[in-house]
Amino acid sequence: MRGDNITTEEQRRQLLEELFEKKKAGKLTPAERFKIPPQPMPEQDHNDRRHNVNEVALGCTETAARLEALRCLQCKNAPCIKGCPVQIRIKDFVAAIADGRYEEALDIIKENSLLPAVCGRVCPQEVQCQQTCTVGVKFKDPTKAVSIGRLERFVADHGLAPRVRGDKLAPAEAGAGTATDEGPGTSLAVAPQTGMRVAVIGSGPGGIVAAADTRRAGHDVTIFEAFHKPGGVMVYGIPEFRLPKAIVQKEIDTVTKMGVKIICNFIVGRTRTIEQLMNEDGYDAVYIGVGAGLPTFMGIEGESLIGVYSANEYLTRANLMRAYDFGKSSDTPIARPKKVAVIGGGNVAMDSARMAVRLGAEKVYLVYRRTENEMPARIEEVRHAKEEGVEFRILQSPKRIIGDENCHVVGIECLKYRLGDPDASGRRRPIPIEGSEFTIDLDAVIIAIGNVANPLIRQTTPALAFNKRGNIIVDEDCKTSMEGVYAGGDIVLGAATVILAMGQGRIAAAAINEYLARKKETAKQPTDRRLNI
Amino acid sequence: MPHKIVSKRQLSQDIFTAEIEAPLIAQARSPGQFVIISINNQYAERIPLTIADADAGKGTIRLIWQRVGKTTAELADLQVGDEIANISGPLGRPTRIENFGTVVCVGGGIGSAPLLPIAKALKDAGNKIISIIGAQSKNLLILEDEFRRISDELIVTTDDGSYGRKALVTEPLKEVCQRKAKPDRAFAIGPAIMMKFCAEVTRQFDIPIQVSLNTIMVDGTGMCGGCRVEIDGKPKFVCVDGPEFDGHKVNFDLMIKRLNAYSSQEQQAYEHYKKFSRRRHGDGPGWTTDNG
Repeated sequence: MRGDNITTEEQRRQLLEELFEKKKAGKLTPAERFKIPPQPMPEQDHNDRRHNVNEVALGCTETAARLEALRCLQCKNAPCIKGCPVQIRIKDFVAAIADGRYEEALDIIKENSLLPAVCGRVCPQEVQCQQTCTVGVKFKDPTKAVSIGRLERFVADHGLAPRVRGDKLAPAEAGAGTATDEGPGTSLAVAPQTGMRVAVIGSGPGGIVAAADTRRAGHDVTIFEAFHKPGGVMVYGIPEFRLPKAIVQKEIDTVTKMGVKIICNFIVGRTRTIEQLMNEDGYDAVYIGVGAGLPTFMGIEGESLIGVYSANEYLTRANLMRAYDFGKSSDTPIARPKKVAVIGGGNVAMDSARMAVRLGAEKVYLVYRRTENEMPARIEEVRHAKEEGVEFRILQSPKRIIGDENCHVVGIECLKYRLGDPDASGRRRPIPIEGSEFTIDLDAVIIAIGNVANPLIRQTTPALAFNKRGNIIVDEDCKTSMEGVYAGGDIVLGAATVILAMGQGRIAAAAINEYLARKKETAKQPTDRRLNI
Repeated sequence: MPHKIVSKRQLSQDIFTAEIEAPLIAQARSPGQFVIISINNQYAERIPLTIADADAGKGTIRLIWQRVGKTTAELADLQVGDEIANISGPLGRPTRIENFGTVVCVGGGIGSAPLLPIAKALKDAGNKIISIIGAQSKNLLILEDEFRRISDELIVTTDDGSYGRKALVTEPLKEVCQRKAKPDRAFAIGPAIMMKFCAEVTRQFDIPIQVSLNTIMVDGTGMCGGCRVEIDGKPKFVCVDGPEFDGHKVNFDLMIKRLNAYSSQEQQAYEHYKKFSRRRHGDGPGWTTDNG
């Protein structure tokens, strides 16, 4: 048994063949599975990627994917599935990958998740499925868990572009890779028309799932998107280097191929209200998945200075409007500071910092008032940010932003912090250290400390109930206080993730399908009676 | 859904107006609201423009814009029958229209365009309307006839005296405020600096003034926060909290500076467009610089 010194693709291939033979004979032991080294994810070199927006993680080879899949112990209790917000049958799809049955693997994922190419890239697996993985637990290192996210991505990419990969192993060649394009993948099967209409507000991950699931039940589904391009946070928020827009577009194409209509530049609440959609435009049910909405600022001096941006603005300019191509193929300008501080410790903060690197900043600080342990960002994003030269300034937070006479940012005055006892979020509370002020010279500040709910739906839908924070109140079926209206994702949860939004889209869609089935039944009865008279 | 240009007119050297198909917005809009447009899906930026008027029956909205940069120049180069790829709206809170009594409406330059539907609605609500419209010179003055039709009194000013009274709009505004029958309310829309001084004049007479702010925006729905202004010392978003605010509470000095945040890049884009615009009426990307 080799394993420790596997470096070349050829060695990997030999190891895979050897292990696969054993597995077929039923002789592959857990001890041997433990010995398989975690397979690497090839990445763009960090010096190169500082200068482009191309994807950083390049995707693993077929051999590496199958070896990684063989690391899975196929635990009876499958703790990974319990760690997944949408309960994908992880161990089954991993087993299918190990065998080279990619189409089947993708179909298993698509039973529960419509956007595997997206989730494989952006899910925080280390606090979900991989956190509970027995392999990781055994090594006492979550980074040594089976790389479920990479496997998901592998099989999704394989489905989207079947012939890209060079290395082919029997029996992989046979059936792999057409599930998304032609079926019979689960995503495309649509029941006969019901004559009922569903309006989905927002084309982010939750909206896409809600649309697909209600469409599958045979309803006539329209997605309304406020921006000029569909995809929501996957398009305006998450950068190209982490989630290529072509991948998002392919996932959206899957939904439009099912017959879901997408209308862009349509702002529900302004162009038409929810009441108008239901009472005048003939929609029988509505799913609200409008996302997070309004960026939070810190409420400190100097936040209106020129050079202070919300991460939302900075990333929307860069991602949706492709402002990194300003002067070449984009008219949208973006600040190109030389010295910039990003405030915050989540994925949005990492995305902003890494985008600033790519836009030519010489010095990028990530200022966070707790420590790296408390950072909500994915481990991989933190590592990538550091590799790309982002300087982490932990246990610090700005007290005020300093401007010059022209109201341009010239620096921030910070306080140092220490950690106290855990707060309501379970993370240790940051406590400012009095008299610890110091300044950092800067020409821009990007604030990435979260969002609050957008008031647009609230202002224009008086019948809908909201909580104190402005989030829509729903029950366990994602049903709101208005009949026929369901909601999910960030507008309900506050800040959440792509996968959580998808999970709610799925729950809401199931409830909408049930509601519409009932509605159809009751609608039939009076009509029948009239006919009898 | 692309939006066809139904009619288009040049109002003065750099001011244009067009009637554009946008049936849903035409139906939904109220005075004071705006749209965000982007000319195409390839390279265009998103810019906010106030809805000057709408015809719900015809399904069209009227936009009036001044050629000041690349996108407004490109918009001016579009012809009847051409299409604008994206128009979203109506955005912002509508103007609060009620019978205040006597209202003085001050429009400066292109600001007269968004002011007109507000003045009209105020007139319909029973107010006495005193309108003051001003421009740098005669050839930049717009909508004089339209304002004359709906105003009980109209005062026209030009900075250079080439038409009407030679004055800034603040001069007649002050006189109107000094009258025995003091106006009950003022509305001012125009360049930020004009609105600032209108706010200062009315403050002296304790007359409330409503101003409409046109800041830098990306999404127009509250998501980016690029449009934030200081109102009474607190940050507010023009797109969802405005665009109209109590003029006495706006930090105009800061707003004026923020308007210039991207000015060098905007200048660069405009210069480039002027140089290459003649070759731009094909399908090619907007920034082609090669000579091939």
